[in-house]
Amino acid sequence: MSGPSRSAASTWGRRAKAALLYGLLLAIAATTVTPFVWMAFTSLHPPLAPTPTLATLFAPAEWRFDNYARVLLLPELPVWRFALNSVLVTGGVVALQLALCSTAAYAFARLRFRGRDALFTAFVLTMMIPPQVLIVPLYMLVGSLGWLNSYVGLIVPYQYLSTAFGTFLLRQYFLSLPRSLDDAARIDGCGEWGIFRHVILPSSRPALATLAAFAFVWTWTDFYWPLLCTSTVTMRTLEVGLSVFKDAYGGANWPLQMAAAVCVLVPVLVVFLAMQRFFVRGVVMSGLKE
Amino acid sequence: MTARSRAAARQEARAGLLFCLPAALYVAMFSGLPMLAAAWLSLHDWNLLKAQRPFVGLANFAQLAADPFFRNAIGNSLLFAGLAAPLGVASALAVAVLVSQPLRGVGLFRTLFFVPAVSSPVAVSMVWIWVLLPEVGLINTVLSWLGATGSTDFLNDTRFALPALVALFAWIGLGPRMVIFLAGLQAIPKALQEAADLDGAGPWQRFRHVTLPLLLPTTLFVFVTTTIAAFQAFTPVYIMTRGGPRRTTDVVAYHIFKEAWQNFEIGLASAQTYVLFAIVAAAAAAQFWLMRRGLREESV
Repeated sequence: MSGPSRSAASTWGRRAKAALLYGLLLAIAATTVTPFVWMAFTSLHPPLAPTPTLATLFAPAEWRFDNYARVLLLPELPVWRFALNSVLVTGGVVALQLALCSTAAYAFARLRFRGRDALFTAFVLTMMIPPQVLIVPLYMLVGSLGWLNSYVGLIVPYQYLSTAFGTFLLRQYFLSLPRSLDDAARIDGCGEWGIFRHVILPSSRPALATLAAFAFVWTWTDFYWPLLCTSTVTMRTLEVGLSVFKDAYGGANWPLQMAAAVCVLVPVLVVFLAMQRFFVRGVVMSGLKE
Repeated sequence: MTARSRAAARQEARAGLLFCLPAALYVAMFSGLPMLAAAWLSLHDWNLLKAQRPFVGLANFAQLAADPFFRNAIGNSLLFAGLAAPLGVASALAVAVLVSQPLRGVGLFRTLFFVPAVSSPVAVSMVWIWVLLPEVGLINTVLSWLGATGSTDFLNDTRFALPALVALFAWIGLGPRMVIFLAGLQAIPKALQEAADLDGAGPWQRFRHVTLPLLLPTTLFVFVTTTIAAFQAFTPVYIMTRGGPRRTTDVVAYHIFKEAWQNFEIGLASAQTYVLFAIVAAAAAAQFWLMRRGLREESV
């Protein structure tokens, strides 16, 4: 007789446990999501409305979708230029990062030459340097090259630390590809460039996508370097533009500030949602280093 | 070795050098050179607005040792990292255990927990200004629902401004740290958990004596990277407090920014970056040493 009642009890136990777990998950999700919900709804309140509270958030005096038009077409700040700058800089950084890291990773993973391991160790060690140490000399270096306040200056020195990370990430992946692929191509008369171009790169799309996704998010959301490197308002990126915008309104105009914040956030969230599994893979691969 | 294979090896070595040359030059120019230049700058009385830039040896470091504002910044950073690293690691581990449960829809929660990490830090800092506002802010609203009276202006209160930034730091990085722990949890053989089950271990005992020891290397990695990140936290300070109130959130990374770009004292700022470097390296080394010892004791 104890059989059915025990299984009924354990069913209840399982349900109670599941309810508890879902309750915890929802509570944590509330902390990560609420600020974004507040941001989205506040951006639709009338400009200069009193700061929305959780009580007034969903019932503004009137819904103002034109806040977005106002923010995007602001006469005093060239928001479209900020967006164009962000797109150009991010695109340039991603392309440069892929080119530099994939070639170096191929050499470190597949080719034997004197000094290889020492050079790779030096690469990995540069990941330990705090960016603050480098940024002042980097600013002076970029200045003496005449690159301040230019796209070259925004793009080229950008990955002063992540080149090492990207090379490490891709090397790990290249090492996992079977050697027989290279050998078959070599028998077919391929040189090293041919093997890299026609064998390794096509087989490494997931790893390359991971690196591209990381480079995109880091560059799109970076604040420090574009803040220093740009001096005229037309060279600002969206992230720096957002902070200029906040300072211009002095914290008083929440709806317009939040509309601007949403405009900066949406592209990066879209990229994240589309490439989510690559982010997870990249975090896991970076955690495997010893 | 035949002549032919020797030629092939030479060719391979040449290809190897050519393939890593662009990245090696890049890293040398934009990491190696600036690192040496920062050391050289730190030995000079170098102000961007002055023509004279005399060599002063270690005078900058001596000046920093006596500077009450820099010592205050070091103290703030130590407090920040000392709170942020344990909080960041413990919360991420707890959440990772939670989202590793076989529940329907758990993938959606993992995604939601990751969102702050890929969001714009400036936008996130702006929203957190609201979260922490007196009266109308999220935290004060929730506290008043729970029956608290009065309200706290967290960002303008010397007791709460730094802990508030710590909470923001832990919140932003939750997702990536959770994913690393998740990978560590999934690498633990199921057989070990089942064996502990058969020995009559409860869930907590299983976690304490099976999961936690096996997760030690993962925990070490997360602890070290979180500590390093905590010492470098900058954007929230710049957007939310500018070091205030009364310098209680003037952490070293922000202090260096002001020294270099508002006072233009780049010799002094470079010396400060090397002090920060030394502290970060010492903290990381100490954590490695402690965890190694922990690993040995567990295996005895």
